[in-house]
Amino acid sequence: MVLELTKIDEIINKYGADKAFLIQVLLHVQRENRWLSKDALIHFSERLSVPLTQIYHIATFYKAFSLIPRGRHQVTVCLGTACHVRGSPHILERAQQFLGISPGGTTPDLKFSLKSVNCLGCCALGPVMVVGRKYHGKLSVSKVGEILQSYGQEE
Amino acid sequence: MTLLEAARTVGIDIPTLCHHEKLAPYGACRLCTVEIVREQHSRLVASYCYPAEDGLVVKTETNRLSKIRKILLELMWARAPGIAPLREYGMRYDITGVRTIREFVIGYEIKTRFETEPTFCILCGLCVRYCAEIKKKHAIGFIGRGTQREVVFFPKIARKECTGCRECFSLCPTGILPPHYALAEVSSTK
Ligand code: SF4
Ligand code: FES
Ligand code: FES
Repeated sequence: MVLELTKIDEIINKYGADKAFLIQVLLHVQRENRWLSKDALIHFSERLSVPLTQIYHIATFYKAFSLIPRGRHQVTVCLGTACHVRGSPHILERAQQFLGISPGGTTPDLKFSLKSVNCLGCCALGPVMVVGRKYHGKLSVSKVGEILQSYGQEE
Repeated sequence: MTLLEAARTVGIDIPTLCHHEKLAPYGACRLCTVEIVREQHSRLVASYCYPAEDGLVVKTETNRLSKIRKILLELMWARAPGIAPLREYGMRYDITGVRTIREFVIGYEIKTRFETEPTFCILCGLCVRYCAEIKKKHAIGFIGRGTQREVVFFPKIARKECTGCRECFSLCPTGILPPHYALAEVSSTK
């Protein structure tokens, strides 16, 4: 689960160990590893000669970064106005119940992370739940379990 | 030269909270906001970050500015109630505390934005910038964003660098750094 530092080094080298690419490097590692560990952050600081304070500043600012492990499948339930009036709170409730975690949480087996957002920009599809990169629109509560189950079973 | 510096050289006082002569322009508190007038249009700029130029008309005290500064001071007061610089400016802009008038909207009580947990940090960044720019030690930094933003000492670095320095302590307008530092000291021994 922890991306070894050698792997991180490879990524850093891909960007020429150039501090101008700090955010790209962070994004890349976040994408591969699904979180940024403390050791990783210290390593970036040393390899790119950027103060650790600045790395934390950036890593805690952007929501794209996570300093705790995230699940393999990011489940995002939209609670924006359009989805809300079409019952998305029930979708979220069902997802919470199915996964046994609350928004912001990750399942202990690191398969799923759950979060809610306020509008994904595709209101016509509401209520919307996104799993990974796949949008599940016009969703009904009864389908939530089925969909999540299918992700849980793969591999 | 910035507008603020230009004003100060001719003895015009503009209120500031996050300004420091030795540090690069930053513009966190916006208290030094002034109006610049160009072709009858006036615009708000932070005088601490805006370069002075010949012939520019600048207003440093207007009704509009008083209102803005008052709100800013009140918001900072909510975070750091009663600290010295806020009391001082508070007298000038007629603030003695935080407004607590509750608004009620169809039965729901709305908290005013002035009611918040005091953190005794107004996020002026003096400590962080001083440590980075002057001391080049980077022992203290910002984490989080929005209402969650805060300053923290980085225990490992602080243990090495801060013992003989602590120069930021006296820069902080709220005096909150000693407890922050004590916290870092405790966690660095773990
Ligand atoms: S701790 Fe003090 S000096 Fe540092 S940002 Fe907060 S108010 Fe400013
Ligand atoms: S409200 Fe859900 S996509 Fe816009
Ligand atoms: S003194 Fe100008 S923004 Fe703080």
